[in-house]
Amino acid sequence: MRTITYREALREAMREEMVRDESVFILGEDVGVYGGIFGVTAGLLAEFGEERVRDTPISEAAIAGIAVGASMTGMRPIAEIMFVDFTTIALDQIVNQGAKWHYMSGGKLTVPAVIRTYTGTGRRTAAQHSQSLEAWHAHVPGLKVVMPATPYDAKGLLKSAIRDNNLVVFIEHKMLLNEKGQVPEGEYLIPLGQADVKRPGEDCTVVATSLMVGRALKAAEILEAEGISVEVVDPRTLRPLDIDTICQSVAKTNRLVIVHEACQFGGIGAEIAAQVGERAFFDLDAPIVRVAGKDVPIPFSPALEDAVVPSVEDIAAAVRSLVKGVA
Amino acid sequence: MGARATELSQEDLLCMYRKMLEARYFEEKVVEIYAQGLMPGLAHLYIGQEAVAVGVCAALKPEDLITSTHRGHGHCIAKGGDLKPMMAELFGKATGYCRGKGGSMHISAFELGILGANGVVGGGIPIATGAALSAKMRGSGQVVACFFGDGASNQGSFHESLNIAALWKLPVVYVCENNRYGISVSQARHQAIENISVRAQAYGMPGVTVDGNDVEAVYRAAREAVERARQGSGPTLVECKTYRWRGHHEGDPNQGQRYRSREEIQEWKEKCPIKRLRTKLLAKGVSPSKLEEIEATVREAVEQAVEYANNSPFPSIKEAFSDVYAE
Repeated sequence: MRTITYREALREAMREEMVRDESVFILGEDVGVYGGIFGVTAGLLAEFGEERVRDTPISEAAIAGIAVGASMTGMRPIAEIMFVDFTTIALDQIVNQGAKWHYMSGGKLTVPAVIRTYTGTGRRTAAQHSQSLEAWHAHVPGLKVVMPATPYDAKGLLKSAIRDNNLVVFIEHKMLLNEKGQVPEGEYLIPLGQADVKRPGEDCTVVATSLMVGRALKAAEILEAEGISVEVVDPRTLRPLDIDTICQSVAKTNRLVIVHEACQFGGIGAEIAAQVGERAFFDLDAPIVRVAGKDVPIPFSPALEDAVVPSVEDIAAAVRSLVKGVA
Repeated sequence: MGARATELSQEDLLCMYRKMLEARYFEEKVVEIYAQGLMPGLAHLYIGQEAVAVGVCAALKPEDLITSTHRGHGHCIAKGGDLKPMMAELFGKATGYCRGKGGSMHISAFELGILGANGVVGGGIPIATGAALSAKMRGSGQVVACFFGDGASNQGSFHESLNIAALWKLPVVYVCENNRYGISVSQARHQAIENISVRAQAYGMPGVTVDGNDVEAVYRAAREAVERARQGSGPTLVECKTYRWRGHHEGDPNQGQRYRSREEIQEWKEKCPIKRLRTKLLAKGVSPSKLEEIEATVREAVEQAVEYANNSPFPSIKEAFSDVYAE
């Protein structure tokens, strides 16, 4: 199988869907001539023209709202909001409009749109360009929220998101764009709402999202050398959440560590922990542990930024402590 | 009606008269029912502003689209809404336009081109803009009329949307219903300009101000804007000066006497758009008995709508859980 980057996988997904379906189009800041702030839409303007790859003014509320209105009336827009931090400027259209119209219309209106956006730390862009706001979106009934961690998942999930008849908030990690991975040549879809066991193991389940999936896998390698077998589960979609796969894993390993980059308070880890507590309490041999970002705005200085998000060693230490009872 | 012609026939005017009466009598009935505590939620009434919705919608074709506001009953009626499912929706009944899941502030009817009344001031403006983009991209020939108030013209969504619509020459008519109050704050206290239509200049589109209590003047301005949109020449901002007779909503004491004088309300009641059209029709030789017949028919239709709503069942509880996501 060929190897391509996460960026290329995303671009392929959009390109294939635009070829397949004329109602699919792209809009957002710098998505056309510039090719996207992170280069994900590069080349699409040349192939599809300005009608279907639309550079917009810096107007996040309008970008999201135009996507909502266009999708209600027969189109399938993919709107790029440059950073998930800026979805806050578009939240009325995402939360009050796009997420609600299917329900409030008694099922008559549908909003088949995708909002693609970038999350997370690593580029030293401080507190307004580095947040992880996925829990905000996942909290809203009517929205679907996807966070792919690999090129393979990125392509298969984005294609499903574009074909989904709901507003999907599709959150890509800016530090994963250059990650390479195996992606088949032919078309494939990954259903929304299906978790993936990224590595099987026996002693502890680590549920990790987005950038943290790779860090959890590295931690698992370190722990394997110490004789601890870790199972890494990536939910891939936060809403709908595949709690069954997570609970099955916990039933096998009897321990759970949840890892995410977003700060801990009210994070998606709290939801996963609560659901496992409700459904699989008697499968647990020890309390659930969360390894999450610190409850602070993301600092600029590299030394500080690295200190406030989970590292491979933080994850390994948490698992080690849980399994062996030592820090 | 055979409207959209340059000159309105007597038949067109009678049709407009009937629509305005439907809006008026429907809401007068809401006043009564609401005061008895028989209607759930909030009721924001359109009484006094009927000429705007009716004049604008007369310039639209059935397949054209509208977005509406929290004060949306008049728009819904003018676009062809049936009083029965409207009243049922206000009662939260299963036979309502949205199966009781939208209510007064959120009536939508996709089959009539109504993309929803909106509980958020300015929330519908980007949606209308997106629907216009969709119409243009699909080559459907549809035009979108976007209703909003003087208060919404201060929202970011207004400015972002007008900028993009003018830039992309979208087939949308922005209809500002300047009823002089944003809840309790008079126009003179919420913006330094007198005519909101001047804001059109900032975005490179025509802006006109008309007497919003003169249904023919509204129609003429709307017709010109709709034709311009349909020909691909882009958006227009039409400001209709009118007045809200009732309070912001039916819970606003004494029709808003905390922030305006009785004399002011009285002065505007004398400019009643319905009385004005009636006088004109009589002057054109329509017999009083013809008008009385229309009035009686509309009163009867309103009574039937109330009966229909009263006799309709509430939705089954399982309805609360359907339509959260589209299939």
